[in-house]
Amino acid sequence: MNKIPNRQVICDTLLELAKDDRDIMVLASDSRGSAAMAPFANTFPEQFVEVGIAEQNIVGMSAGLAHSGKKPFVTSPACFLSMRSIEQIKVDVAYSRTNVKLIGISGGVSYGALGMSHHSVQDIAVARAIPGLAIVLPADRHETKKLTEALVKYDGGVYVRIGRNPVEDVYESDDYPFEIGKAVIVQEGSDITIIAAGETVRVALDAAKALSENGVSARVINMHTIKPLDEEAIIAAARETGRIITVEEHSIYGGLGAAVAEVVVQHHPVPMKVLGIPDEPAIAGKTAEVFRHYGLTGDNIKQIALELINK
Amino acid sequence: MEIQELKVKAAQIRMDLLTIIHRAKTGHTGGSLSNTDILTALYYEIMNIDPANSKWEDRDRFIASKGHSVESLWCVLADRGFFPREELETYSQFGTRLIGHPNNKVPGIEMNTGALGHGLPISVGMALAAKRDGRSYRVFCLMGDGEQAEGSNWEAAMAGAHYKLDNLVGIIDRNRLQISGTTEEVMGLDPLDEKWAAFGWNVVSINGNDMEELLQAFRAVPEVPGKPTLIMANTTKGKGVSFAENVPAWHHHVPNDEELALALTELSASIEELTQKGQV
Ligand SMILES: Cc1ncc(C[n+]2csc(CCOP(=O)(O)OP(=O)(O)O)c2C)c(N)n1
Repeated sequence: MNKIPNRQVICDTLLELAKDDRDIMVLASDSRGSAAMAPFANTFPEQFVEVGIAEQNIVGMSAGLAHSGKKPFVTSPACFLSMRSIEQIKVDVAYSRTNVKLIGISGGVSYGALGMSHHSVQDIAVARAIPGLAIVLPADRHETKKLTEALVKYDGGVYVRIGRNPVEDVYESDDYPFEIGKAVIVQEGSDITIIAAGETVRVALDAAKALSENGVSARVINMHTIKPLDEEAIIAAARETGRIITVEEHSIYGGLGAAVAEVVVQHHPVPMKVLGIPDEPAIAGKTAEVFRHYGLTGDNIKQIALELINK
Repeated sequence: MEIQELKVKAAQIRMDLLTIIHRAKTGHTGGSLSNTDILTALYYEIMNIDPANSKWEDRDRFIASKGHSVESLWCVLADRGFFPREELETYSQFGTRLIGHPNNKVPGIEMNTGALGHGLPISVGMALAAKRDGRSYRVFCLMGDGEQAEGSNWEAAMAGAHYKLDNLVGIIDRNRLQISGTTEEVMGLDPLDEKWAAFGWNVVSINGNDMEELLQAFRAVPEVPGKPTLIMANTTKGKGVSFAENVPAWHHHVPNDEELALALTELSASIEELTQKGQV
């Protein structure tokens, strides 16, 4: 089982890249520990900025740094970074087209029993409404590495959401094509498509495996980029498999499921099911307990898939 | 309560909070220990409250803006009878209402906090409502010092002075540590008292781990009519547990079995000393 959390992969990758690129900067809001960025802060003190507990300021300052040619990576808990600073993200990053990478750490329900103030399950909805802002949720450590490399080259604002704990690998290595905005079919299938992003890709794969035992061939799409959305992959899935389930660690409102449904309904309507956190403050508990409570498990997705197919 | 009893109570609360954090394997130990004396003074001596009638209209209000230190608050509320003590065992468990931040499903909690920099604006609103309604209750808002980096505090500081809210008491747990190190390294605050004074507040600096000084400061409010009061409570993060004192990692370090046993021994020794003194 993989023991490296994605936040650590971002730090390791940036440590490598920052050697040759003095414009890469990391900013933290009393969060260098939670972001696993202490090694970066220690190795490149001149490329590290501590702003204290001030999420509005961290985004505003980063926009100023980017305006002056720097490549700022803001690392701060997803809940505060996405919501507390949303106006700075809208105006200073997206509207002004500054090159700021917003890394939301401990997203989704990673903070378990800390409650709604710390859960980040509205962030995708909020970020999606901001024109010009890309949104990416890497599925595992391999994808996180590839994403971090891509982010350094990408010119523009990106919101990245990662969880707190190590996640099981989805990929065997980082030897596969990764491109911001381009979905990856992690498993081919023809009877139904399960679309997931971030940590739920693993859950979708579990469901596909369980379904294969029933002779059902499920396609699994890793929709790592929620914006700009890979509409072609969705339309093809609707056309070729006829049914779609989306799985996300986010409110059922305004996230991956909503984004996929908007495409499906306008281009190729098929039966769909959106799985996520219902419209309530998510129950307190460990991530796995919360996932189980809301049916974000391979077994439950399998049941729902069978119902959709037999309809 | 007698001073001596309050000191004993604070030590017992510290034992309780260490125990629930140890059991749950999660919690904010350092900041809870540092503000235990403040909570003890408020909840056992200063605030006008009725645990049997937690929504009583004229009650004093307490807002834990540094919501992460909720373990101390859960233990105080349970001990004061706002909810059964046994419920402490559910702290942080699946589906509990005693989550890792104040939750107003629980009697005694006014507002949900946990995102820093929210408590003071809320408190300003409550204190303003009391003024407009001609009520005499006071509002106590406990903030962290690292938390002062959030701009929302300063927006509220302005409003509190502007509306002459002498029924509002801000308390800063000035333990000089946050997560990543000392406050002066992470984002310098000094001279913090002068900043608050410049914003129009009556500032009182005390040792926030000294029960006598806490009671004196709280009893004197409002010292200056027409001005909100800011109590700069100079404290020690991890107070009461020798090996946790002033160690940044104890912000959310969870005591292991040995550390818990050692801490409980230290705290019971201090209780014993206090009770003996009391008998002399
Ligand atoms: C808006 C917001 N940003 C970040 C955090 C994460 N956080 C929790 S506690 C803490 C440090 C608090 O330090 P301080 O205010 O000094 O409190 P104390 O030392 O008394 O625990 C941080 C950054 C948060 N809860 N809210």
